[in-house]
Amino acid sequence: MNPLILKILAQRVALSLLLLFLVSILIFLGTQILPGDVAQSILGRSATPQALENLRQELGLNQPAHTRYLNWLGGVLRGDLGTSLTNGRDIAQAIGQRLGNTLFLAGCAAIIAVPLAIFLGLISVLYRNRWPDKLISGLSLAAISVPEFLIGYVLMFYFGVMLGWAPSVSMVTEGMPFLARLQAIALPVAVLVLVVLAHMMRMTRAAILNVMQSAYIETAELKGLGMFRIIWRHAFPNAIAPVVNVVMLNLAYLVVGVVVVEVVFVYPGMGQFLVDHVAKRDVPVVQACGLIFASVYILLNMVADIVAIIANPRLRHPK
Amino acid sequence: MTDELQRLARLTRLGGMSRRDFLGRASALGIGAVAANGLLAGVARAQPVQGGVLKMGLGGGESTNSLDPAAALSQVPFHFTRCFGETLVDVNADGSLDYRLAEAVEPGADAKTWVFRIRKGVEFHDGKTLTPDDVLATMRRHSDENTKSGALGVMQGIADMRVDGDNFIIESTTANADLPYLMSTYQLAIQPNGGMDDPAAGIGTGAYRVTANEPGVRHVFEKFANYWDDSRGHFEGVEMVVINDATARNAALQSGQVHIINKVDPKVAALLSRAPGLQVKRVAGRGHNVFVMHCDTAPFDNADLRMALKLAVNREEMVEKILQGYGTVGNDIPINAAYPLFDADLPQRVYDPEQAAEFYKKSGHDGTPIVLRTAEAAFPGAVDAAQLFQQSAAAAGIPIEIKREPDDGYWSEVWNKQPFCASYWSGRPVQDQMYSTGYLSTADWNDTRFNNAEFDRLLVEARGELDQDKRKQLYSQMAMILRDDGGLILPMFNDFVEGVRDDVQGWEENGVLELMNGLSPSKCWFA
Repeated sequence: MNPLILKILAQRVALSLLLLFLVSILIFLGTQILPGDVAQSILGRSATPQALENLRQELGLNQPAHTRYLNWLGGVLRGDLGTSLTNGRDIAQAIGQRLGNTLFLAGCAAIIAVPLAIFLGLISVLYRNRWPDKLISGLSLAAISVPEFLIGYVLMFYFGVMLGWAPSVSMVTEGMPFLARLQAIALPVAVLVLVVLAHMMRMTRAAILNVMQSAYIETAELKGLGMFRIIWRHAFPNAIAPVVNVVMLNLAYLVVGVVVVEVVFVYPGMGQFLVDHVAKRDVPVVQACGLIFASVYILLNMVADIVAIIANPRLRHPK
Repeated sequence: MTDELQRLARLTRLGGMSRRDFLGRASALGIGAVAANGLLAGVARAQPVQGGVLKMGLGGGESTNSLDPAAALSQVPFHFTRCFGETLVDVNADGSLDYRLAEAVEPGADAKTWVFRIRKGVEFHDGKTLTPDDVLATMRRHSDENTKSGALGVMQGIADMRVDGDNFIIESTTANADLPYLMSTYQLAIQPNGGMDDPAAGIGTGAYRVTANEPGVRHVFEKFANYWDDSRGHFEGVEMVVINDATARNAALQSGQVHIINKVDPKVAALLSRAPGLQVKRVAGRGHNVFVMHCDTAPFDNADLRMALKLAVNREEMVEKILQGYGTVGNDIPINAAYPLFDADLPQRVYDPEQAAEFYKKSGHDGTPIVLRTAEAAFPGAVDAAQLFQQSAAAAGIPIEIKREPDDGYWSEVWNKQPFCASYWSGRPVQDQMYSTGYLSTADWNDTRFNNAEFDRLLVEARGELDQDKRKQLYSQMAMILRDDGGLILPMFNDFVEGVRDDVQGWEENGVLELMNGLSPSKCWFA
């Protein structure tokens, strides 16, 4: 690997770390300006003023903000996320379990959706403007246009309630056998695949079609190569950068944006966990979740950039 | 006849009659409806079958929940607290007391002192034996002024507590004939050493022992082998799955993944009841949806304007459209027929736009729109209810402006702060507790800023009155004061609407709180 690429990569990683630091400040500030009082939110509607005052004292809400930020950041760097204000559980442990579930669901959805989307994109290019292309585009665009909770309810009704093929409650627990887990998450995975498919498929199609205009594709055609071989060997590698970008964005969505699907299928992932703690103003947990989500986004985007850099022939083979 | 039943219930509570005798006498009276259900269930039920795992799909749980009973506020913590823990007494469907960890309760001569005889031979899930000292420590933890307990409010009128042999004794600051009822508050589940050592350990004396605690996801229990009461706890285990989405709850019940669900949306209750293999249960409760005005803030400090707004609500329409008929009309008092000593002869307030217009004119309000704050968080359908209110008031010439507030922060920023907003109450076991919690001028949650010296005086007088006829009369007077002068607009009481699969047996109606007052795991069994 040549030094130019290494330098660009190092710059890119450093930029990501800086970004993460800035995001941590934003997250902290964001949790400070949430309306309402932490103690009131924890104790809810039935809190007496006395109980509220007691809780405020206990939580140390009277320290200045910058002290609390530095304490928090120091803890995070040592790997200590603190304990939840509301139920006193260790945050790292509680999040660990939820994050594992979220990554499992996202991973299963991605393993199906990414290859399928790229394959369908290739097929669309191969049969562009003919019926397979129109059918694929039509169906996937229809799927992305319907709100995901509605797709969820429809699948739940037919496959969960009417046919009984898959459970409508996607409860996964620790120590559950792998196959049972897969069966439990069948319906949410199906919904997620339908939701992310169109975006990646359309991008693959557009990027490859763009490359297909190039002169060297014409040369390959004239040389007598088969159409699928031209697309797969010559067009796709040059279209990889935009496709990877879209794939990474969708992967990030699968990790951080699926709270609706989680709620509909009662899946114990990160989304509902975050929402519950925001509602109760459980600030340490919200901050920890925010930081994890930000890291996932930044990491995946960094990977996309790195792949794009490496895939760029001008950088790989400098004159 | 109901009076007679209530007299007997009161007698039983005051220790003048055993519970068994009471049941016998009450049946002999041929009491119908709710009371008879509760009674018959105790007398002529089929033999329960042991075994199986009961799965409950429950809305109202969060990842932030804790097993500490002091922190229990929403529905799922209510249910798991009732599952692993027990209180000194429970309230039966008919308003009588059910003796649990206290095997007898007796008042002193002036109803200031109450003696609870603590049951012997009851074992905690950690193997320790229940003692009166555990009870004392529990009550101390909940009444300590540094506590975060949701039960702090009910513990405030207590002057002193002590242990004497097998007895746990409470001294109240004022005479309180209803004091034993306060001990049924579900947060007051007895814990070893009062939970002082580890409040969230989930150790109690209940029929089921905690085996898995995943807040916001599920709570799993197994039958506690050494449970003291053979007539309860027929399942091998119980699993509560937190399902906050109403449609997902329905689907889980329909597909048989769970056996019981709470909070069926009234909009789909009729449709759901047509599905095979399950029943939709409707239980009249004490919860109510309200609009609250601050009596000390302009323009609501004007009694004529308050009356104009009360007359401008179409209650029948709200029950029909907001609750889809799953409820009853309210009368601007937080008490309905579910309460003991309720006076059924109180005049019912009805929608009367003409009279409302008269009162509005008399109030001399300057005609600026009256701002009503609402949010879906206030109660399901609160935004629609506000719009119905706006329309029915417009017909009387009263302009109302609806301000929709975000759900998030509604209870901290709007309720009990803004002078006119939508809200809800979940009811209390007895009238005294309901009034003391929300309508006494000094109450923490006096969300209507109601300040009426006569009302306060009657409340204290009724609390110490042991003659039930006089007491009923006092409550009747208080109801009239609140109804005509208060800042409470109470259009409707909502029913509990719940789904139960056919294989669950032993279901009873108990509207004190949802799902048989939280006792379905203890009292039901599989066919």
